[in-house]
Amino acid sequence: MLLILVLAPFAGSLAAICIPTQKGTAAAWLAGSIALLCLVISAGLYTVISSGTPLRYDAAWLPELGLNLTLRMDGFAWMFASLVAAIGLLVVIYARYYMSASDPVPRFFALFLAFMGAMLGVVLSGNLILLAIFWELTSIISFLLIGYWHHNANARDGARMALTVTGTGGLCMFVGLMLIGHIVGSYDLDVVLSSGNVIRDHPLYTTVLILILLGVLTKSAQFPFHFWLPHAMAAPTPVSAYLHSATLVKAGVFLLTRLWPVMAGTDEWFWIVGLAGLTTLLLGAYFAIFQQDLKGLLAYSTISHLGLITVLLSLGSPLAAVAAIFHTMNHATFKASLFMAAGIIDHETGTRDMRRLSGLFRYMPITATLAMVASASMAGVPLLNGFLSKEMFFAEAIETHKYNILDTLTPYVATIASMFAVTYSIRFIHSVFFGPPPQDLPKVPHEPPHWMLAPIYFLVFSCLVVGVIPALTIGPFLHTAVQSVLGIATPVYSLAVWHGWNLPLFMSLIALVCGVGLFLVMKPYLTTSIEGPPFFRRLEGQRIFERVLVTLSWKWARSIEMRAGTRRLQPQMRILVAVALVAAAVTLLLQGFKPAAIAFRSIDPAFALIWLIGMICAIGAAYQAKFHRLAALVLLGGAGLVTCLTFVWLSAPDLAATQLLVEIVTTVLILLGLRWLPKRIENPDDPELMTISTRLRRLRDLATAVFAGIGMMLISYTVMTRELPETISSYFLERAYSEGGGTNVVNVILVDFRGFDTLGEIAVLCIVALTVFALLLRFRPATESLETPEQQRVQNAFDDDHPDRKKGDSIAEYLLVPSVIMRWMFPVIGMLAAFLFFRGHDLPGGGFAAGIAMSIAFILQYMAGGTRWVEERLRIHPLRWMAIGLLVATATGLGSWLFGYPFLTSHAQYASLPVLGKIPLATAILFDLGVFALVLGATVLILIALAHQSVRAPRAQMRAAKMAAKENA
Amino acid sequence: MIEALLSVLTGIFFAVAVYLLLSKFIIRMLLGVAILGNAVNLLIFTCGRIMREVPPVIGQGLDVPAGLTANPLPQALILTAIVISFSFFAFLLVLSWRAYGELKFDNTDAMRVAEPDDDTLPPLGY
Repeated sequence: MLLILVLAPFAGSLAAICIPTQKGTAAAWLAGSIALLCLVISAGLYTVISSGTPLRYDAAWLPELGLNLTLRMDGFAWMFASLVAAIGLLVVIYARYYMSASDPVPRFFALFLAFMGAMLGVVLSGNLILLAIFWELTSIISFLLIGYWHHNANARDGARMALTVTGTGGLCMFVGLMLIGHIVGSYDLDVVLSSGNVIRDHPLYTTVLILILLGVLTKSAQFPFHFWLPHAMAAPTPVSAYLHSATLVKAGVFLLTRLWPVMAGTDEWFWIVGLAGLTTLLLGAYFAIFQQDLKGLLAYSTISHLGLITVLLSLGSPLAAVAAIFHTMNHATFKASLFMAAGIIDHETGTRDMRRLSGLFRYMPITATLAMVASASMAGVPLLNGFLSKEMFFAEAIETHKYNILDTLTPYVATIASMFAVTYSIRFIHSVFFGPPPQDLPKVPHEPPHWMLAPIYFLVFSCLVVGVIPALTIGPFLHTAVQSVLGIATPVYSLAVWHGWNLPLFMSLIALVCGVGLFLVMKPYLTTSIEGPPFFRRLEGQRIFERVLVTLSWKWARSIEMRAGTRRLQPQMRILVAVALVAAAVTLLLQGFKPAAIAFRSIDPAFALIWLIGMICAIGAAYQAKFHRLAALVLLGGAGLVTCLTFVWLSAPDLAATQLLVEIVTTVLILLGLRWLPKRIENPDDPELMTISTRLRRLRDLATAVFAGIGMMLISYTVMTRELPETISSYFLERAYSEGGGTNVVNVILVDFRGFDTLGEIAVLCIVALTVFALLLRFRPATESLETPEQQRVQNAFDDDHPDRKKGDSIAEYLLVPSVIMRWMFPVIGMLAAFLFFRGHDLPGGGFAAGIAMSIAFILQYMAGGTRWVEERLRIHPLRWMAIGLLVATATGLGSWLFGYPFLTSHAQYASLPVLGKIPLATAILFDLGVFALVLGATVLILIALAHQSVRAPRAQMRAAKMAAKENA
Repeated sequence: MIEALLSVLTGIFFAVAVYLLLSKFIIRMLLGVAILGNAVNLLIFTCGRIMREVPPVIGQGLDVPAGLTANPLPQALILTAIVISFSFFAFLLVLSWRAYGELKFDNTDAMRVAEPDDDTLPPLGY
């Protein structure tokens, strides 16, 4: 049942998204029925809850991390859940009439339902991490709801501010909750609630407290984080009524109450929570008086009332906690109804500015009466629910809890704040409903549709009933809630309306009388004043917030960018290399790095010679890279060849074969590409170009490079001269044949043990090939590189000089003998590829090497015959080969599922085939076939894409010639 | 000695690669990337220790290799690395080719389409 309660709104939200934009009513019906369902479920659960044992639902999620999907409902959670569902239902009914048909209404209800689900999640979480997740969800959905009218800049700013403030707080709270989990050893709420002493005595208590309070105070808009709430009023009024009076902002006090038994009672708690609460209580009420916007007034009033609840919770006495829970309920009822009334006024008149509104009583008497009752409750007039909890608050404020100045101040602050509350309540009613008829309103006001008033009827009615006969109405529910929080510490309290002539009553009377007096004094000022309280107007939270944001995200970021950043690639590379160097050097030096003494082991002179050649090749390549690219390329090939020989000698035949083949393809690629890249024009010996700064820069680069090289050399040497620790290699060696069915351990690792890696690797190759294909698909080479190569010009000139030769003959005859050989090599190389492929599982070879070898066969054809010649004779579909390869490899992997094994499990068997003899036929060979097809396809695709440029070039040449002719003409 | 010389080779490959990568010109950077691939492969290879002429292949009729063989794991890793560095290289080559075709520059300092030199900074306030 609990699971349904939490998941139903989310399901409804998903459904509501799918409703077309015009069908707003359908979405409202959906949202309404979901809210009703939640309400019915929680009502049905009451009999179970009232017995005192919490209801639990457990589902293992990540039990290793102590994160379980635990839902837990006790009396307090029940009360909140019912509140969320009930007010949700009322707000849905209200919103159905409030939202205009031109708004995307289903989106509103989808977000609304999602919020309801998140809020129920917060309330019902039985696991701290789960609670944090739902908590963040409420922040995010609240952001989306505040920014619902996203065409409005105020809405966007308000939403962003709300998210920044509550999101930051939520992050702090998350850390705090994790610390609690660390202290207690469990994230389970029941365990946490029963280990209050452990937490309070822990040295981390203050840290935890501050972190959690950051979350709570930001969420409940407590000073100094209160400023986001008034700006959140840019949201549609149903959102304000639901989120910013009844639910979201109550999440903070909810958590405060939830953790009250565990964390309250210490001096730190008293000071931090109390100070924040008292300041908020007073400032919120004071600011509320000076608001000209109806919703602004209500927002500050909400801040103030939340401050009241916070103060109650700070006191640390059980009776105060009862009052806090009670006031939470009462505030939700009267504030939601007031927000709805404000929304109706806005809806029917077109403005919320109290300076423009007046005398609306004659147009909308019912709304006026309801609003009056609700605001009387807000002011704390007797016989209404607001009065009851306020009296309890006063009674607690007088009590001495701690001997310090804050506790002494509390009753006075409480009375003054209460007086302000009376003033702003009267102001709300008086300026809107009384006085002369309004002038030039955007709309002619009248009573709203009947159903729009219905939720307010209900809420105001419950204010009255609770206010008159509290013990009979809310009494039992409150008792269940209180008992679940306080347990055996539940005090004796009385919900009677009349307690006799006592100090709290006098305080109420003083507040009422002085509040009325204050209003009369302030009235002339308020009717014309500008928005915001005097003196504090300039010191607005929003401005400070924005200043901080600008400083952090622009000014500081900009100055860091100016100092450390660069828009050029080269310095970035240099920084990257330098940082890597420093990081490696520091780590090595700190760890006491000492290169081992040179151990002289005999070395084959051939080795030494080969490696010497390799070094010379590499250095030569770097030296020649600038002006003699072809030379650099040859030298680079030499370096690659040395690597290849190293692999051969040092027992890695697979690597050597693959490296050799890849080296060939790479060289062909560069040769194909070099033709189209710019030629260097500068003369290397030109002294003008070699300025001192250039020389210095080169020297610096050289030094960096040399250091990097020496570092890598040391690392490599040190590693090699140490004993090899026990690694998983021995595992592979032992199991390769018995479990992988192949004797070439490297190949077995690739296609079997680490098959998933190989699948990823061929996918990368596939993506690269497609990207290359796409990059070159409709691309024409640069016009600078279009001119006919020098060699062809010479050949053409030769043809022109000899009358018996046609133009182009020499080109066709060029390298005639090699090209014939190359054509004849095609089947031979194909044979070699097949050989490599079939022996791969047992002896050096394999799908990758075979694929590359086969692609070389194709390149040779292109080189020998030219692009057109090949494509007239061969059908080449590299894209299809790639697709088949990827599919075969994946299907082989999936195939093992059919037999109940994990993905990519292979099965080995030998099969005797005619001619070929006995060959290993593991399913891995199918996988390898996929690798083969894909590698072949990808390589051929890349090469063909490059080769096709030469076909395009002549066309581009002709176009360029035409253009030139046109210009001349 | 064999180790010392091989590590010198690796170091020189790295130095050359870094030097080329620090250049402004795409082609030199490309060559740098190509040689960096070799350097890294050699480094991984040396991490598995080196051994002469004992490839990790199980002999005929045996279930486990007889005696000591070379370390197969770095070899498998390098085989993957060769493929990836090859495809990376191919991609870079075509990308620079295309960039040259579109921008007419092979000097990275001159490639300023996204961030023109006279680009004004975003405003400092609302």
